[in-house]
Amino acid sequence: MAKIIINQDKCKGCFLCVNFCPKGLIKKSVKLNKQGLNFVEFSPKAGDSTDCIGCMQCAVICPDCCSEVYK
Amino acid sequence: MEKIFKRCQSLYDVPTHYCPGCGHGIAHRLVAEVVDELDIREKTIGIAPVGCAVVAYDYWNFDCSEAAHGRALAVATAIKRVHPQNVVFTYQGDGDLAAIGTNETIHAANRGENLSVVFINNAVYGMTGGQLAPTTLLGQKTSTSIEGREKKAHGYPLKISEMLALLPGVCYIERVSLQSPPEVLKAKRAIKQAFENQINNLGFSLVEILSPCPTYWGLSPKESLDWIRDVMQKEFPLGRIK
Repeated sequence: MAKIIINQDKCKGCFLCVNFCPKGLIKKSVKLNKQGLNFVEFSPKAGDSTDCIGCMQCAVICPDCCSEVYK
Repeated sequence: MEKIFKRCQSLYDVPTHYCPGCGHGIAHRLVAEVVDELDIREKTIGIAPVGCAVVAYDYWNFDCSEAAHGRALAVATAIKRVHPQNVVFTYQGDGDLAAIGTNETIHAANRGENLSVVFINNAVYGMTGGQLAPTTLLGQKTSTSIEGREKKAHGYPLKISEMLALLPGVCYIERVSLQSPPEVLKAKRAIKQAFENQINNLGFSLVEILSPCPTYWGLSPKESLDWIRDVMQKEFPLGRIK
């Protein structure tokens, strides 16, 4: 049982977390944030966050420290 | 549910000016996390360089000073000698440490100053527009080597870490990269080691971090990390040099 919370206004849309999430739970957004950039969204599959394993890879690689991880 | 990863106290909660996918953001966070883990935030003094990280003091929540281009280690030497009880480190890019500041770097290392150095090597000048740096790889295209770096005209990539490892005053040199989450964690361990060496008065420590510059490499952020792994790490092999 784990989840992440992404600060979407700080996200610059480099999509490194999208590439490194081993479960493919982070998606590119079609909307734009305050900076006018496509941000990323945490989208767990089953409606809850049981798929996220809390490996923190998204948070470790994020250059802008946008992710908070809960486990 | 417990929060297992959050922004650390030594990193201000402000957006950075770096390009999307830039390695400086990761390196700033690693330094801040190390400072928090060693509980030295109140006695740390960072020296910001000239280069992309010129306003690093706006992002770190501890004392910082700015130095003229390349002179960070000269400034750090003075601060450390006046405040030997403080932990003093410099954060420099390759244009700063390996080009205009080569002189200061070599002599600070040769004197065995008890300092920690975080050296960001992205093989290009970032702030000034992507020109050829001493660390640019052979064949790499930059705005001043549009056909790629050529050895006859521009010489070879400068391996400053290997050069400094020859000096007796240097106690620790390691090259790490930011090309994947496990490598980022190794980079953090190396930075922590460099800070611990200074706390234990062991001498000059330097951590060279191979860092992505997607904007001036002309690659996407993920492609930049792959380029570090496939191309850059062959020229600059990772691991402990001294």
